[in-house]
Amino acid sequence: MSERQTADTRWVTCVTRIRDERDQTAFARLFAHFAPRVKAFLMKSGADAALAEECAQEVMATVWRKAHLFDPERASVATWIFTIARNRRIDALRKQRHPEPEDLPWGPEHEPDQTETLALQQESEQLGRALQALPEAQRVLIERAYFGELSHREIAAETGLPLGTIKSRIRLALDRLRQEMT
Amino acid sequence: MTTPITHHLTDDILMAHASGSLPEAFGLVVATHVSLCDECRARLAGYEAVGGAVLEDSDPSVAMAEDSLAATLRLIAAMPEDDRIDAPAPAEGGVFPMPLRDYVGGDADAVQWRALGGGVRQAVLPTARDATVRLLYIPAGMAMPDHGHGGMELTLVLQGAFEDAGGRYGRGDVEVAGEDLDHTPVAAPGPDCICLAATDAPLKFHGLLPRLAQPFIGI
Repeated sequence: MSERQTADTRWVTCVTRIRDERDQTAFARLFAHFAPRVKAFLMKSGADAALAEECAQEVMATVWRKAHLFDPERASVATWIFTIARNRRIDALRKQRHPEPEDLPWGPEHEPDQTETLALQQESEQLGRALQALPEAQRVLIERAYFGELSHREIAAETGLPLGTIKSRIRLALDRLRQEMT
Repeated sequence: MTTPITHHLTDDILMAHASGSLPEAFGLVVATHVSLCDECRARLAGYEAVGGAVLEDSDPSVAMAEDSLAATLRLIAAMPEDDRIDAPAPAEGGVFPMPLRDYVGGDADAVQWRALGGGVRQAVLPTARDATVRLLYIPAGMAMPDHGHGGMELTLVLQGAFEDAGGRYGRGDVEVAGEDLDHTPVAAPGPDCICLAATDAPLKFHGLLPRLAQPFIGI
């Protein structure tokens, strides 16, 4: 599948290497790409540069520690890191917790399916392109929501993004996990 | 397995939770519902994927500190040998999913109820104060006071069922009520009803007695 590797599947490979081999080179590659983005995201969300730096380092350390929990059939690496950064932001800036749903654990013999993983990663990249293609005002509004600048009352979920396809794919992945659990 | 659920969370609530904009009290209801509902789990993941796209688009030219990677590797090296963070195991059996057990300190039998009269009991759970969340215990057949809402209210059924103008709500079903909804939920026959209810405004009761009682019971 090497010729069909996308940017996002390369990040999946990095996380797998961290999980299986504690590979510092793979971690350095993830860090070079994601740490500045996490820092920029946190600064957009209202953190000063020093706090954003500190939190970005903690977020990346959490990536290392939670590498075995990442499921590439259900999220891209960018999405997974976003959730870690979001939770760190709520903790650091709002002094609140972000209640998380009960996790669906992988069975002991579960290995992510390569075809499903590739499809989900491609779906995520398409979502990214769709976001960039939105009219400026609409895209800015979505970004402001994710930077935490809007209250829940100000959020209207009409994003204009094609979320139905990625939702359906994740739903199927959940169904497969449920079947393995029974 | 999840139970068939017919009343789901709305898109704006899922997006607010995904973006981290929802008060903690509502977040607990969302996390508890999603623990029981794969449909909303997938929809929530869709909104988190939007967050991933926003992160990917963030400015990559922001400078990290000089020794940032080395400092992070030191953070990792300073962690204990067994440095993996494990996800908490899902709740086996019982009534409450894990996110709710975290706040209660156990399952339904660990709740510190306070009697409100007529067999109705409540327990307010500790969260940040921009909204409140409580467990309500309503004996089967008992009506909740007729009330409207000054804000948003999420009510999730964990045991038994209740009925109101919006239909029947059983385990896992969540009712999303805004300022426009006036309703009189009645706990359905069968097992007593246990709900998790979050609100960001005091409820307005229409009957005389509940209005008098309101300052005392804190609903």
